[in-house]
Amino acid sequence: MTRRIDCDVAIIGGGLVGSSSALALRGMGFTVTLLDKGFCGAQASGVNYGGVRRQGRPPEQLSLSQRSHAIWPRLQQLIGIDGEFLRSGHLKLARSAADLASLEQYAADVAPFGLDLELVGHNQLSERFGIGGDVVGGSFCPGDGHANPRLVATAFAAAARRAGAEVLENTKVLGATRLSGGFALEAEGLGVTARIVINSAGAWADSFASVFGEPVPLERTYPSMIVTEPLDPFLGVNIGIEGGGIYARQVTRGNVVVGGERAAPLDDPDYSRPRSDGVLTIMQRASELFGPLRHAQAIRFWSGTEATMPDRNPVIGPSATTPGLFHAFGFSGAGFQIAPGVGEVLAELVRDGETSTPIAPFAITRFSPASQPGDASQAAMTTGSKETSP
Amino acid sequence: MAERAPPLIVGAGPAGIRAAMTLVAAGLRPIVIDEGYACGGQIYRQPLSPDGRDAQARYGSEAAKATRLQRDFAALGAQVDYRPNTLLWNLRDASADSLRDGVSQRILHDGLILATGATDRVLPLPGWTLPGVFTLGGAQIALKAQGCAIGKRVVFAGSGPLLYLVAWQYMKAGVEVAAVLDAAPLSAKLHLLRALPLAPDIVLRGLRMAAELALHGTQVQLGVSGLRIEGEGRVARIVYQTGGRRHAIACDGIGYGLNLRSETQAADLAGCAFRFDPRDRAHLPVRDSSGRSSVAGVYLAGDGARIAGADAAELAGERAALALLEDRGLPHAPARAASLERRLVRIGRLRDALEAAFPFPAHWGADIADDTLLCRCEDISAGDARRAIGHFSLTDVNRLKAVTRIGMGRCQGRMCGAAAAELLAAQTGRDIGAVGRLRAQAPIKPIPLAMSLSVDERQHDPAH
Repeated sequence: MTRRIDCDVAIIGGGLVGSSSALALRGMGFTVTLLDKGFCGAQASGVNYGGVRRQGRPPEQLSLSQRSHAIWPRLQQLIGIDGEFLRSGHLKLARSAADLASLEQYAADVAPFGLDLELVGHNQLSERFGIGGDVVGGSFCPGDGHANPRLVATAFAAAARRAGAEVLENTKVLGATRLSGGFALEAEGLGVTARIVINSAGAWADSFASVFGEPVPLERTYPSMIVTEPLDPFLGVNIGIEGGGIYARQVTRGNVVVGGERAAPLDDPDYSRPRSDGVLTIMQRASELFGPLRHAQAIRFWSGTEATMPDRNPVIGPSATTPGLFHAFGFSGAGFQIAPGVGEVLAELVRDGETSTPIAPFAITRFSPASQPGDASQAAMTTGSKETSP
Repeated sequence: MAERAPPLIVGAGPAGIRAAMTLVAAGLRPIVIDEGYACGGQIYRQPLSPDGRDAQARYGSEAAKATRLQRDFAALGAQVDYRPNTLLWNLRDASADSLRDGVSQRILHDGLILATGATDRVLPLPGWTLPGVFTLGGAQIALKAQGCAIGKRVVFAGSGPLLYLVAWQYMKAGVEVAAVLDAAPLSAKLHLLRALPLAPDIVLRGLRMAAELALHGTQVQLGVSGLRIEGEGRVARIVYQTGGRRHAIACDGIGYGLNLRSETQAADLAGCAFRFDPRDRAHLPVRDSSGRSSVAGVYLAGDGARIAGADAAELAGERAALALLEDRGLPHAPARAASLERRLVRIGRLRDALEAAFPFPAHWGADIADDTLLCRCEDISAGDARRAIGHFSLTDVNRLKAVTRIGMGRCQGRMCGAAAAELLAAQTGRDIGAVGRLRAQAPIKPIPLAMSLSVDERQHDPAH
């Protein structure tokens, strides 16, 4: 027996983008169905590093990032929990004079956005932050921080459900078709018709985009993370390094989360697992950078599946082929902080057809400059296969 | 012709030892890694240093088996590449990561026999983390390997054949055993009649132990519930109910456990398919009668695959090794293999009867008080878990882990995972098999960040 749902907006993918969109749309009075092939917040939104960071983003992301920045301290009112959000500050370290110069250049470039970046010299690093090792300086962003990724998206989905959204987990969308007045989505034992569809399917979003005539060069990446046993507090800030390689934060409970390197997908590419040589490298680097980690134990590794675009910017905005379809995916390993703002932007797009936040650089058309809006009413798809995108 | 890598055996208990002997007899030189400092596994654990006791004093009725097994393994000498004190911390394809004396080493292998054994299964009780509370297995190892008791006046509580065995061993060692508190009602013990014709010696020995305990003044109580451990800073008494009445027994040591649970993380990391096993109330790696898992070249033997005891482990270790030999195109003694399988089926029937006679008290999951600590690594109470289940509408144990940190700490759910699943099933009205299983993550046990890398590890192609 097939269940039928008719709603204003159907959202494919219950990550942080889809869940926060669902909540924002409910707040505007739309009827919403949120579909996830597994559990909401269980993929990249839930297994990322947990950095809530504006510093280091390209300037074109900063208006959106600032919008999100205003949401994070309000999580308690918005979703009923604070998500363990800590406004700890984010400290980006430089290992060479050239890296420090590039941090200085960045600070100058983004000055108009008001991140209040502060350049910190070598001595200050050890005095203020207890950072030793082979670093020459850093750039401190006091308003940034970190949060528990396992909680935030899950809580957005739960809040959306409490606000009246139909949240359907373990419900894989098998087919999507454009109809005259909207869309028809099919899942096992379920048919959803909706006026609007939001494609926030993360690493699985490319298949939905391409069925509506908008193929995108999405690639899957797998970050690799380790977490230590709880330690006495020694790391009060979220740490990154110019040029990458390692990032680290200490949660209130005392565990230190350290990321870096890449994991590898399993036979089922929906799942991945850190590689031994990768985690050995991260552990070695971390114990060199942070004295207290020299005698610490790693208790767990994890990884996730993320969607990365070639220019490291997400796809956000209306479809160019299909009226009523909106995309928001491809956050390239930096979606956690920005996603709650994207949820608000998508809700505005649905309601008003436009948004107060500049999103032009994230248009899907940047990957297909020749493509023209066309009649996609015949578009239909089947997404049962497990093939990965090229 | 390129030389094939050696097989790797994980665990040097009864299953691992018999597997190693079988491979050596066929001319292979397996690598055997084991967390223990000496072979024998937990059941035939050896002392850290000579303590003046002989095998009879240490292993009781199992002395002959223990001695034979340990002697047989020692006789293999350099025919096995034996690495004690070695932790397996990750597995992927044909490579295993091990840790010994602070040095991490990658082991490339061709054929993997997992004989990872079991640990006690527990459900949390009020007071279960007080000093003086041990698992039944832990209490037995203290006596067996270290020659010390967990207290001067002790109580053993829970379920499983180990309950009476450990109590009896303590009594024989001269410790005052105040009580044996068995969760199973008398009616469950009727299943022992089913076990009697299968293994009269084992059943009669168990009954004799219970009788000797009673004669010695130990209070043997069946059908207990509502267990609670009390004391200021350490164990002072245990409180329980029978037939609606509360009782308390003063004691300074408690051994507690509810049967055993298989150690399955290695099989999980190896990619083995799992299936829910109603008898053991656990998701277990799938294997056929020979011990072949769902992954080619990965074999499962002993209690790590399903609880069946030490005698079955010896047979299953040998059988799995024969399967490995067959898959490698070597002589593999088909008649012997068939005989081993027949004996395993027989022991399996005995084990079914024993598990029915010592059933897991399933209803305890629903009864765990809200203020009882559920996950001791991450300090999460049963009430915390229940609130999260309600708040996030949870139905899957991995999601419960994600939002509460249950099973995310040092033990990685080995201690609390069963309880979390029972509690989730009880609260959501689901069958215990329908709430999922905690997916294993490396490292299997904690490892130091500042590990050294072995020479071949450093030379290893980083593109691997």
